[in-house]
Amino acid sequence: MSFVSRGFQGRRRQDADPSRVPPGQYVTDDFPVLSAGPTPHTALDEWTFSIVGEVNEPRRWTWDEFRALPSEEVTVDIHCVTKWSKLDSSWEGVSVDTLLDGVETSAEYIVELADGGYTTNLPLEDVTGGKAWVVFAFDGEPLEAEHGGPARMLVPHLYFWKSAKWVRALELRTSDEPGFWEINGYHNYGDPWQEQRYWGD
Amino acid sequence: MAGAALLGRLTWRAAEVVEVRPETPRVKTLVFDVVDWPGHRPGQHVDIRLTAEDGYQAERSYSIGSASDGNRIELTVERLDDGEVSPYLTGELRPGDTIELRGPIGGYFVWEPPQGGPLLLVAGGSGVVPLMAMVRARAAVGSDVETRLLFSSRGWDDVIYRDELERLGGNGLSVVQTLTRSQPPGWRGYARRVDAAMLAEVGPSAPERPRVYVCGPTPFVEAVAEALVGLGHEPTAIRTERFGPTGG
Repeated sequence: MSFVSRGFQGRRRQDADPSRVPPGQYVTDDFPVLSAGPTPHTALDEWTFSIVGEVNEPRRWTWDEFRALPSEEVTVDIHCVTKWSKLDSSWEGVSVDTLLDGVETSAEYIVELADGGYTTNLPLEDVTGGKAWVVFAFDGEPLEAEHGGPARMLVPHLYFWKSAKWVRALELRTSDEPGFWEINGYHNYGDPWQEQRYWGD
Repeated sequence: MAGAALLGRLTWRAAEVVEVRPETPRVKTLVFDVVDWPGHRPGQHVDIRLTAEDGYQAERSYSIGSASDGNRIELTVERLDDGEVSPYLTGELRPGDTIELRGPIGGYFVWEPPQGGPLLLVAGGSGVVPLMAMVRARAAVGSDVETRLLFSSRGWDDVIYRDELERLGGNGLSVVQTLTRSQPPGWRGYARRVDAAMLAEVGPSAPERPRVYVCGPTPFVEAVAEALVGLGHEPTAIRTERFGPTGG
């Protein structure tokens, strides 16, 4: 049911490769912030990161232990459900493969658990195989609190709400459990190329 | 999931402009008649879609400013000079035009009168729009839930919904304005950015456990939410919605 909006020209970005911009998205150079509540501030000496749930043995790292893990620099495109996309964003973090290395599990799903009570769910296979990181730097600088610092998830192939800010644990699960936005009207999977923004998309 | 089956797909609907109302020099309210609009809860938003003659499309999200009222919804849009969509909505669109729209969207930044109070609403500029939907819904059902609206604008002429807010005050609603850049002669209200001291004076205080909704530009929301946490409000009682520097 698409029709022309009288007098609307639009302003296409000439410098953005259209094949990298999912339907309904526009490219921005800014880095907008979206959060459901106040920004948490966890001191680094109180910060830990855990793997919990359906695992043979839970794991936990302090900040120093986490930062001693091998890290990677990744440059990826990110897509927010509120319509902006940011191309070639550069991050540094620890691959989820590294965090799960040697973990024995029958889980098929995970929930990301974050400070402030935020959760988001996704299939385990969407965070393994070089598809997801726990990142602590953006553009070569420590990640700012309002963007999820000290560390956030980065799952760039899904809408960005699947990349929880202030992430503190991954819970491995045998069943799928809708997270915060997923309960509040947003799509359970969130593939930007399928434009899976909301329930029923 | 169960909700998907209940709600079905949010389909694009034709929305005809029935009125365009200037609010301030930079802000207009667009009143739409939306075929088969299912109704909405205060605080929810819609996606709109514009299509150029060559098929190019732009989508954006806008908060709904009106209380649920049949097929009628109101969006209040601030013109961002370097934006792609807001100059069209505020400069070009006129009664009789039709755009596409889908919604309502969002289930968290929502307040309905039966949820009760007390309620603290803190708005920066056009961040007042979803909070106005709450204020209007409250008035529409004759609710006397204790409600404070602290509203920060640059100057008196930039105060969105100014006359209506003056009319709606009372019956448990108090509206407190702060004007951050310029004040009219004789202004006796606040004349600075929202800070902890102002939030403490406006109340309700943390022990009264108000439900708190904060909406505005990101630095505004960051500062207000942080000040509220500092005043002892439970972080989980503070719901925020932020407008980035882009989005227009």
